[in-house]
Amino acid sequence: MAVTKRLRVDMIACDGHGVCAELFPERIQLDDWGFPIIDDAPIPERLLKDARRAVTLCPALALQLVDDTRR
Amino acid sequence: MTIVEAAQGRQRRATPPAGLPRLLANPTSRLDEHLDAHGPVPRLRPEALIALVERAGLRGRGGASFPTATKLRAVASGRRTVVVANACEGEPASAKDATLLTQAPHLVLDGLAVAAAAVGARDAVIATERGRTEVLDVLAHALQARAEAGVDHVPVRLVTVPPRYLAGEESALVHFLNGGEAKPTSVPPRPYERGVHRRPTLVQNVETLAHLALVVRHGDAWFRSIGAAEEPGSALFTVSGAVVNPGVYEAALGTPIPSMLVAAGGTTADVSAVLVGGYFGTWVPASALGSVTLDNRSLSAVGAALGCGVVAALPASRCGVAEAARVAAYLAAETAGQCGPCVNGLGSVSAAMDALARGQDVAGATAALHRWFGMIAGRGACRHPDGAIRFVKSALHTFADEITRHQRGMCTATDRAPVLPVPHSSPGGISWR
Repeated sequence: MAVTKRLRVDMIACDGHGVCAELFPERIQLDDWGFPIIDDAPIPERLLKDARRAVTLCPALALQLVDDTRR
Repeated sequence: MTIVEAAQGRQRRATPPAGLPRLLANPTSRLDEHLDAHGPVPRLRPEALIALVERAGLRGRGGASFPTATKLRAVASGRRTVVVANACEGEPASAKDATLLTQAPHLVLDGLAVAAAAVGARDAVIATERGRTEVLDVLAHALQARAEAGVDHVPVRLVTVPPRYLAGEESALVHFLNGGEAKPTSVPPRPYERGVHRRPTLVQNVETLAHLALVVRHGDAWFRSIGAAEEPGSALFTVSGAVVNPGVYEAALGTPIPSMLVAAGGTTADVSAVLVGGYFGTWVPASALGSVTLDNRSLSAVGAALGCGVVAALPASRCGVAEAARVAAYLAAETAGQCGPCVNGLGSVSAAMDALARGQDVAGATAALHRWFGMIAGRGACRHPDGAIRFVKSALHTFADEITRHQRGMCTATDRAPVLPVPHSSPGGISWR
C-alpha cells in the first residue's frame, strides 16, 4: 500500500501570501491575518494533484507534502 | 592529589539530607565546602545512570516536566553528543535558577558532569543571559576551581545569551550556540536529534541537573521519599505577590498552594487568585486554592501545570484583568517575530486584553479573544503562542466577574500598582544575538 501524504507548513518560512488557500481550499484556509490553517489529515488520491500544485506554487517554499507516519 | 581523591581517600560519603531543603541544604559557592557537604560524585556506567534516573522518576524542572531518563536515553543513542546546562531564566516572575546557581553552583555543575557521562558527551556548555553579573561571576569562579581540582572529565564552556524571554527555548538556545540568533527554529529535527554542531544535544534545565547530582549520590529510593507518587522529589518555587517574604523556596512536589504561601511568611492581604507556572501558566482562583497541590496531576484538574515553579499571589485589591493585559503585552512584544500567527495573533490578543482592562467594547473584545484562542494555538514553530494563549484564556476564566464589572464601567481595584514584573522593553528591542 502506498504511503499516505499530508500537508505541513513551515510557519517560520511562510509569509502569508495566501496562494495555497486559493489553490487548495479543500484543505487550506486563512486565519484572520492571512496565514494558512492547514488540515493535516491524510490526503486522498483524488486531491493529491491539487495539493502538489499548492506546494509547488508557494512563493515562500513553506508548504510541504510529507509522508503521514502517524498511526 | 585532587580534592576528589582526598574526599574518596577519607571514604567520605555524605549523609543524604533527610527532609528539606535538598538542593539548597548546603549553600556554598566553594568547591571544597561543597565536597565536604556532599561528597564526590559516584561514577556509574551510562546505562546504570539512566536506569537509576528512570527509577527515581525525575522530571525536567524547566517548564515542560518531561521525564529526564527518556531525554537522556534519546541523546545517549547518538554519537558525539553534546550537553547544555540551560541557565537561561527569561521568565520575569522566576528567580529559582539564579538562586540555585548562586547558592549551589557545584551541584548544578556536578549534574552537568553526570549528564555528560550518561550520554557519553565530550562537550558541555552552560548558558545564561548576559547581564546576570552575580550568576556569571559565581559560575566563572566555580568552573575555574573545578578545572584546577580536575573534578570534571568533560570541559565546560560558559556562554552568555541575549536576555530575551525566548532565548532559553531549547531550539533557540541551540540555534544561538550554532552562531545564529537566539530564536526558535522549525522542529523537527529536535535538539536531541540534531543540535549543537548538528550533533545530538541534551538541553537540560539547571535545577534538573542539580537534582541529578543528588540522585546519583543518594539513590532513587531517597529521591522518591518525598513528593507526589507520580511526581517525586522536591522543586524550587518562586513565590511572589501578596506574601510577607517573597523569594525562592524548595518544597516537595504535591505541596498544597496555601502551605507554599505560608512558607513565604503568609499572605499580606486577601488573595483573589494565584498565578501558577509563570507567564505561560494559569490563574488558579482563590476558591480552588484549597483543593489543588503543586504537582501536575493535581494542577491539571484546574487546567494548570507546574511550569517553571512560579507561584504569584494576586491581592484582592488589584485588578487581575489589568495584570493579565500587561503580561499579554509583554508576551506579544517577546515574540521572535518569525511566525505569522504568533506575531499577528498575539498582537491582536494583547490589544483585545487592553480593551478589556479599560472596559472598552468588552463584549466585542471577549468574542474576538475566544475566536483567536482556537485559531492561534499550535500554529507557531515553538510553543510561545500556545503558552501566551493558555495564560490569557485562564485570565478570562478566572477574572470573568471582573470583566463583567468592567463592562458596566466599574473595577474592583483600589490599588493600581503592578504586581507581576514586566521588564521595560528597550527602544528597538534587545538584540537576538
